[in-house]
Amino acid sequence: MNTIVLLTLTGLGLAALYFLVASGLSLVFGLADVLNFAHGLFLGVGAYGTWWAAGNLPGAGGEGLGFVLAVAFGVAAGTVVAVLVELVLIRPLYSRTIEQVLVTVGLSLAGVALLQATWGADARPFPRPAWTRQVTGILGAQVPNGGLLLIVAAAVVLGALLAFLRWTRYGLIIRAGVENREMVTALGIDVRKAFTLVFAIGGAAAALAGALGGVYFGTVSPGQGGSLLIFAFIVVVIGGMGSVVGSAYAAVAVGLLQQFVNYYGASGVGDLCVVALLAVVLLLRPQGIAGKVAHA
Amino acid sequence: MTDSMVEAPPARVPDELTPHRRGWHGLRPYLPLVALAVAAVLPYSTLELPGIFEGPLNSPGTLQLLAVCLVFGGLAAGYDLLFGRTGMLSFGHALYFAAGVYGTDILVTRAGLPLWQAALLTIVGGTILAGLLGAVALRTAGIAFAMVTLAFAQVGAILVARDFGGLTGGEEGLPLDVSGLPAGLVGVANTVNLYWLALAYLALVVFVVHRVSGSPTGRVLAGLRDDERRIGVLGLDPYRFKLVAFTLAGGLAAGGGVVYCLIVGGASPHITSSELTLSLLVMVVLGGPGTRWGPVLGGVGYMYLDHRLTAFGSSDAVESLPAFLSRPLSQPLFVLGTVFILAVYFFPGGLASLRTRLGPLARHLPARRSP
Amino acid sequence: MTGEPVLTVADLSVRIAGLHILQGVSFTVAPTGVTVLLGRNGVGKTTTLRAVLGLTPRGGEARGTVRMGGRDLLDRPTHRLVRAGLGYVPEDRDVFAGLTVAENLRLAERRGTTPAYDRVFALFPELDRRGRQRAGSLSGGQQQMLAIGRVLLNDNRLLLVDEPTKGLAPKVVTEVAEVLERVAETVPVLLVEQNLAVVRRLATDAVVLSAGRVAWAGGAGELLGSAELTRSLLGVGSGEVRA
Repeated sequence: MNTIVLLTLTGLGLAALYFLVASGLSLVFGLADVLNFAHGLFLGVGAYGTWWAAGNLPGAGGEGLGFVLAVAFGVAAGTVVAVLVELVLIRPLYSRTIEQVLVTVGLSLAGVALLQATWGADARPFPRPAWTRQVTGILGAQVPNGGLLLIVAAAVVLGALLAFLRWTRYGLIIRAGVENREMVTALGIDVRKAFTLVFAIGGAAAALAGALGGVYFGTVSPGQGGSLLIFAFIVVVIGGMGSVVGSAYAAVAVGLLQQFVNYYGASGVGDLCVVALLAVVLLLRPQGIAGKVAHA
Repeated sequence: MTDSMVEAPPARVPDELTPHRRGWHGLRPYLPLVALAVAAVLPYSTLELPGIFEGPLNSPGTLQLLAVCLVFGGLAAGYDLLFGRTGMLSFGHALYFAAGVYGTDILVTRAGLPLWQAALLTIVGGTILAGLLGAVALRTAGIAFAMVTLAFAQVGAILVARDFGGLTGGEEGLPLDVSGLPAGLVGVANTVNLYWLALAYLALVVFVVHRVSGSPTGRVLAGLRDDERRIGVLGLDPYRFKLVAFTLAGGLAAGGGVVYCLIVGGASPHITSSELTLSLLVMVVLGGPGTRWGPVLGGVGYMYLDHRLTAFGSSDAVESLPAFLSRPLSQPLFVLGTVFILAVYFFPGGLASLRTRLGPLARHLPARRSP
Repeated sequence: MTGEPVLTVADLSVRIAGLHILQGVSFTVAPTGVTVLLGRNGVGKTTTLRAVLGLTPRGGEARGTVRMGGRDLLDRPTHRLVRAGLGYVPEDRDVFAGLTVAENLRLAERRGTTPAYDRVFALFPELDRRGRQRAGSLSGGQQQMLAIGRVLLNDNRLLLVDEPTKGLAPKVVTEVAEVLERVAETVPVLLVEQNLAVVRRLATDAVVLSAGRVAWAGGAGELLGSAELTRSLLGVGSGEVRA
């Protein structure tokens, strides 16, 4: 029983990380048709931004409010980078889908290399508040607080995203744009402003994933975003591109499957099961669980 | 430069279709043979090219670098069969290459098979693998296809990294057991044979891709790239043609893996990474998708730069720059990634379009000289 | 035709994926009434409407001039054209199926202007009643009402309406035609329509396209009154009218 609770909660922690990365990817893809390979870079910027701020930014640090400030700085850095990428690199290639993918591919290669050039290829210890290193007893299982933090953060982000999509004008434009972008412009709306917005949202969520993932894993390295990104892609496809709720369901399914099978089967078999799940979903429902609809 | 953004990439027109001009262009059909001959006799040269290669041309180090470049030239040409010629954006091509490398390595080193059996089994196996995975992945199209192929390739990376059954050597990689190999392929002194093997592989891939794209099947593939619905209207099944291209490209990549395994003497897990597929894409786009020589040039050039930029990054010229410049410049992927992004904006046709782009200029120059 | 045309299309050529869909199309739209764009399937009627709106697909190219109120429209972004007074009711309705009726309407609201909900609900009381229903679950006719309604939320200088009766039951076709007749009393309409009964009822002027060119333009009555013209231009006898 203890093991099952522990595996469930660590699986949800993993799912939270996937969701933070995948929700932005999914919205960016659903609205702007951009398969964003540079999304892992936003995560890296968030992680290194937090790490840097904790050591260098006045007032920021590894504990309490200082840590909150450091994370806020990392998230802000990720958001700014994401917005710049959209405005400078993606927007001039508007509606040229393949070229946009190519640019994000180049950016992911160059960006990771730049992080590596600046801070070295090796993993660095990540600043984390003392309480995140402790465990909390839940139903007899000793669950790491870092994982719980991730789950809470992802739940808050999910709630905020859904409220934003459901209740705001831009949320309405994004939901409509995911369904039929051309018709949104034919109603007199400049849909490109919404593109910038989803990049900003996606960048912020991915940067948060970078910062909290750093806390969870205890280290930060330039390649971290890349390996997470592949599973986030799988989550996006399974969940249905453009659907935030679909991403949440798919993230939970993938996180739990991976954690349980890796524990009860051999290590790595869980990862294989995830890909098998992807193949099954594609064969049964090529459009993913939720189809291409941004549900509120 | 602004013009180049609007204009359709000229490289999309296959070489075969552009009208040949008179004069020395009459020789053009023979140029590939001349280039092949030059490349074949190159190991007999002791020419020193300081700054370009570290040793003379026939030194084992230079020949090995060239051999790796040639294999990737062939690999990029094979990948272009998917991307440039059929319009399929696969992010999992590294899988079939890695299958070739690890397949050969495992069959020789772990199973003790003779090389020719191992190579044959590996290529057949890699082709079947591509056929099976392609059959599933091609049920999707466009971006979803890209993601699915990426996920499948990830399985390969996981299998290799987790070292199931102790076959792959995990993170350490698996050095090739050379004791059972033909003597001519073993040892530093025989690097030249590996070079010729790589050259033969490149020539084979270019020949196959050229023949396929000139055949009726190739015209259907080009039609799929331009507008899939039109092929459907003709009563042809796009799925079958795409699967043929995917399987063939996978088989060619597996063959490249066999050669690469021999050249570097083993397998290491980095060849299974998605980064390698992304590099293939970079090579093809830099060279010029859908052209006969563009992807080859892109592949050879990319691998050369990837190796040489490391040396360039630690050279005195770069070291003397301020840190914020020298550190990024010492990362080959930073330089290549940036060049790639610029190429997407300003050179949509890649290297192969240079000739077309510089053509008007070249015709202009002599005209000026003679008033 | 009386008065300055609301829209002038001159020498409009559209090329998509290497195919010349339109080859120098020129016509005008009268400031009142319904100008109908006719022609067999695939002659470029929808392409013309979309080119006017700047919706030529990626890889396509539109050349020529399209003028409304003395300004050239070509190469201006679609959302600006729509804000300048071009209302678009697309083929196949294209309502947002996952959004509610009220959300579909709210999307058309614009900052700085008061949306004319009273006008829309006076024409389509059903839209008011079904505000919370998802647009995807509406019937074809109701979806068409929504597509027209969301355009009428704002004031327009010209409506572009693409095959509004396509795929609808005969009774609903009549309803849609009635609505368009009322709408056309206040705003000029450029209409693409295959149903000759509807054309007969609404059209004041007609432009016939054939193979990417204008084959005939003039009063709708003249065209529909002549059996010979309708047969040669539209390929139907005047008695052969689909209801």
